[in-house]
Amino acid sequence: MADRPVPVVDKRLMDVKLGELGTWLGGRDFTPNGLISAVRRGHDRYYNKYINVKKGGIGGLAMLLAGYVVLSYVWEYDHIKHDRWRKYH
Amino acid sequence: MLSRLVLVSGSALKGSGPLGAGLVHASRSLHTSSQSLAPVPPLPEKGGKVRHGLFPEELFQLLYPKTGVTGPYMLGTGLLVYLLSKEIYVINHETIAAISIGSVIVYAVKKFGPSVAAFADKLNDDKVAKAQEVKDLAMTNLVQAIEDEKKEQWRTEGRSMLFDAKRNNVAMLLETNYRERLHTVTNEVKRRLDYQIALQNLHRQMEQEHMIRWVEKSVVGSITPQQEKESIAKCITDLKALAKATQAKAAV
Repeated sequence: MADRPVPVVDKRLMDVKLGELGTWLGGRDFTPNGLISAVRRGHDRYYNKYINVKKGGIGGLAMLLAGYVVLSYVWEYDHIKHDRWRKYH
Repeated sequence: MLSRLVLVSGSALKGSGPLGAGLVHASRSLHTSSQSLAPVPPLPEKGGKVRHGLFPEELFQLLYPKTGVTGPYMLGTGLLVYLLSKEIYVINHETIAAISIGSVIVYAVKKFGPSVAAFADKLNDDKVAKAQEVKDLAMTNLVQAIEDEKKEQWRTEGRSMLFDAKRNNVAMLLETNYRERLHTVTNEVKRRLDYQIALQNLHRQMEQEHMIRWVEKSVVGSITPQQEKESIAKCITDLKALAKATQAKAAV
């Protein structure tokens, strides 16, 4: 089990140490092609893990819907702020 | 793309030092695209595990070493209390709608989930069975084709015997033909020779008859009338003598 020296940019996010985070972010591919390929990779990972299986459960779909609910709440927060019960927290 | 270069160059290097910055364990794979395999690997049986339908199991596994089993639940409770107290999550009419809709959805999923899953599985199984049928049919056809091919190969082995028989036939035909012609030749030659023999015989016969007739004619012609009378008188005297002799014999 050899430990090969690898450039920081190519490591997975969980392997990047906190100090290297800046370098890592700086080296990632932010061109439109890179962004699209990143989205495609993420989609493929999620799809192949939770949906493209023989006996999938509700989790695959439910997580997507829950994520949509949370995201829409976050986008509407400036409007919902006005329904708060107390002024000072 | 760069990562593939890294792999190629990384395998050439032999890092013998301790794990330092910039090194990664070989067990974690890099950002590489997956190789295409053939045949296509089968789909995994079950998806990633999800607890309570919303939270992936990985979260619980992540927190287990540090906080034990109740860790994620405490995290959830704490987070919820924080959101409510700071009113980052505001309770308004939408909350009541969310609660009612959520409870209906949860009830529906718990009640009808298994039957819907069974129905979808049945659909899938039907599709797989159809594909399997086609595959099995193709397999049997191919196996049959292999059998037929082997049979044909076995048949060609007997071809030499067939040719021998045919060769024998032809030889016999040739032989028969030759013998027939031999017979014909013999018969023809015999006929011609017989003809010659008959011709010679005829010749000889005709010569003989001609000669006999000629001799008779000349003899008869040479008998003059006088000689005829003399011969007749001699005959009469001879007859008389004979009669006398016979009479004498009869009397004795």
